[in-house]
Amino acid sequence: MANRLEIQDLWVSHEGKTILKGVNLVLPLGEVHALMGPNGAGKSTLGKVIAGDPNYQVEKGRILLDGEEITELAPDERARKGLFLAFQYPVEVPGVQVANFLRLALKERLGKEPPITEFYARLKEAIELLDWDESVLSRYLNEGFSGGEKKKNEILQLLVLKPRYAILDETDSGLDIDALKVVARGVNSMRGPEFAALVITHYQRLLNYIVPDVVHVMMDGRVVKTGGPELALELEKRGYDWLKAEVAGA
Amino acid sequence: MPEDLKHIADDYRWGFRDEIEPELALKGLTPETVKKISEAKGEPAWMTDFRLKALEIFLKMPMPKWGPDLSELEKKFDDFYYYVKPPAKGPAESWDEVPEEIKKTYERLGIPEAERKVLAGVGAQYDSEVVYHKVKEELERQGVIFVSIEEGLKEYEELFKRYFAKIVPPTDNKFAALNSAVWSGGSFVYVPPGVEVEVPLQAYFRVNTAGFGQFERTLIIVDEGAKVHYIEGCTAPLYTTEALHTGVIEIYVHKNAHSRYTTIQNWPINMYNLVTQRAIVEEGGYHMWLDGNLGSKVTMKYPSSILKGRGARSEVLSIAFAKTGQHLDTGAKLIHQAEDTSGRIVSKSISKGEGRASYRGLVKVSPRADRAKANVECDALLIDPESKTDTYPYMEIENETAQIGHEATVSRLADDQIFYLETRGLPEDEAAALIVRGFLEPVTKELPLEFAVELNRLIELEMEGSVG
Repeated sequence: MANRLEIQDLWVSHEGKTILKGVNLVLPLGEVHALMGPNGAGKSTLGKVIAGDPNYQVEKGRILLDGEEITELAPDERARKGLFLAFQYPVEVPGVQVANFLRLALKERLGKEPPITEFYARLKEAIELLDWDESVLSRYLNEGFSGGEKKKNEILQLLVLKPRYAILDETDSGLDIDALKVVARGVNSMRGPEFAALVITHYQRLLNYIVPDVVHVMMDGRVVKTGGPELALELEKRGYDWLKAEVAGA
Repeated sequence: MPEDLKHIADDYRWGFRDEIEPELALKGLTPETVKKISEAKGEPAWMTDFRLKALEIFLKMPMPKWGPDLSELEKKFDDFYYYVKPPAKGPAESWDEVPEEIKKTYERLGIPEAERKVLAGVGAQYDSEVVYHKVKEELERQGVIFVSIEEGLKEYEELFKRYFAKIVPPTDNKFAALNSAVWSGGSFVYVPPGVEVEVPLQAYFRVNTAGFGQFERTLIIVDEGAKVHYIEGCTAPLYTTEALHTGVIEIYVHKNAHSRYTTIQNWPINMYNLVTQRAIVEEGGYHMWLDGNLGSKVTMKYPSSILKGRGARSEVLSIAFAKTGQHLDTGAKLIHQAEDTSGRIVSKSISKGEGRASYRGLVKVSPRADRAKANVECDALLIDPESKTDTYPYMEIENETAQIGHEATVSRLADDQIFYLETRGLPEDEAAALIVRGFLEPVTKELPLEFAVELNRLIELEMEGSVG
C-alpha cells in the first residue's frame, strides 16, 4: 500500500534478547499517531529499528514504506526515502557546524545540491518557528547543547529536511513546558496530507500540544491496544495496570 | 630562469635513468658528489666548505635511536641520486610516465588536466603564471624578496649568510646535516620592516617554473613589525620520483613581526619524509606552524619555535592522517627562553587501517622564562580496531612560575555518531568523513579556504570504503 508506513509482525532481538515480539502498526500519511507504553515495552527499539539501527536484529517480519519493503535497507537509504528519526539522545558530533551538516543532509534528502536561497529560506523559517537564534547554525552539532537544545535541534532538522514520515522518540523527555510548546509548534507546523508522525512518549502531557489522531499502546514487545486520543487520557488517569490485566485476560 | 634551478634530485626507479646525462647524475654520498653539486650551482667557496663539513657531520652522526624504524633507509643512503640534471622538460618526460596511482588521485580530485600536469611536475606553465607575475611585481614594489634559495644566495649573499644555518645548524640532527650537504631548491624570503604581505606567498607558484628538489632548503626572514604567510606545497603536491625527502626550513621572526608557515604534504607512500622546521621568535613576535601530514611511508617532523624575546608567542597546529603502511611521527617543540612567552600546541591525528600516528612533543621552559605559558592538546582518532596511536609528551620545566597545560584524548570512530548521521541521509562513508573532518576542524579552520576544501576532499577519498 502506498502512502503509509506499515510494520508487519516484527520480531527483533538485541544482544540475544528478544525485544519486539510481533509488532503490527500502520501509520498512514497525513496522520499523527502516539505510541505509548510503560518502560521497557519496546517503544524506542521500534523507533530505532524502523530507522535501521544496525545494533538490532530483525528476526522476522517486514517494514514497508509506501508499499516498498525497507527492512534490509541501510539507514541512509531509508532517510532518502523520506523517513526521519528524532533521537531520544541526540549524538554529539564535534567540529561539524549545524548549518554545514543541514546542507549536506538536505542535499541527500533532495537528491541534489539545494539552491542556496532555498536552503537559507528553510533555515530561517525553521529557526523562527522554534524561537531560536541564528547563532545555533554555527555551533557544532549538539556539542555543548543542553538537553532541551538537543531536542530542539532534532526538530530543527525535521523542519529543514521535511521528511514524509517522522518518528519522534521521547522528544518531550527532559523538556520544560515552554520548550515543550516550542517543540509541539514545530511538529504541528509539519502536519498535513504529505506528513505523518509516530510520537513515542511516556506521558500524556505532550499529547495536549500534539493531539494525535490515533494512540497505540505497546506492552512487552507488542502493540496491545489502539484507539483514539481519549485512550491517552484514560492511561493518564488509570495507569497501565488495567490494560495489563485486560491483555492477560484476553 | 637560471639553468641550475631546473636541477632536481631524481631517483631512477621510475625509469628516468636512461634520460639522465651521466656526468651529472651523482649517486652516493661522497665529498665528490657534494663538490660537484656546489660547482654546478656556481656557489661561493664558503658554501662548498659548509656542504663538505655538513657531509662529515652526517657521516659521523648515528641514526636516531628513537621514533619510527629507519633501518631500511639506512641501507639505502648510497643508492640515492643526490644531484641529477634532469631532462630539459622537467622531472618526468611526459604525462604518460607519471604513475597511474598519482594520475588517478588527481582525476578523482577533479583537478583539470593542465593543472594536474603541473602538480605532477611535468606541465610547463599555465594560467597561474600570470597571477604569479602580478603578485611578484607588487611584492617587489614593497621590497619583499621571494626567490629561489639559489637565487637568494647569488643575489643577496650578505643577508643570506647572516641567517643561513644559524637557526638549524648541520649539527642539529643527522638529516639536517644531510640536507646541509646536498641541499637544492627551496625558497628565500625577506620581508622588510613594517611591510605586511597580504597575500600568502605560495611556493607552489614558483614550483611551476622552477621545480623543487627533495633536499629543499627554505630561509624566511621577517623583519621588525613585518607580516607574512608562507605556504608550501599543496594538498595534491608536486609529484616526485624520490623516496627520500629531507628538508630544512629556517624562519627568523624579528621583534613584533608576525609569520605563518603552512604546509600540507601528501607524498607518495614510498617516501621517507624527514624534515627539520624551526623558527626563532624575537620580542613581541608571533609565529604559527600549520602542518598537515597525509602522505609518506615515514614522517618525522616536529616544527619548533624558540621563543627568544620577551612576550614572543607561537602556535603549532598539526594534522596527521596515517593509513596502512604509514608511520607518521609528528609533533612540535616550544622552547621558552624569555619572560612572558606563550605557546600552544594542537595536534590532531587519525589512524586508519594499520596506520600509526605518534605525537612527539617537547615543551621546555628555561630558568629565566618567568610567567611562560604553554598549552598542549593532542587528540587521536582511531578508525579501525588495528589502528595505532601513541603519545610522547616531553616537558622540561625549569621555572616555577610557568603555567603548563597538557591534555590528551584518544577516541574511536563511534558507531552511534555514524548511525545518527546516516539517519539524516548521509551514506556511511560520508558520515565517517564528516566525523573526521569535524575532528580536524580546530586546525583546518586556520587553513586558507582553498586548502581546507582540498584537504576535505582528500579526506573523503581516504575514507571511501573505510567503514562497514
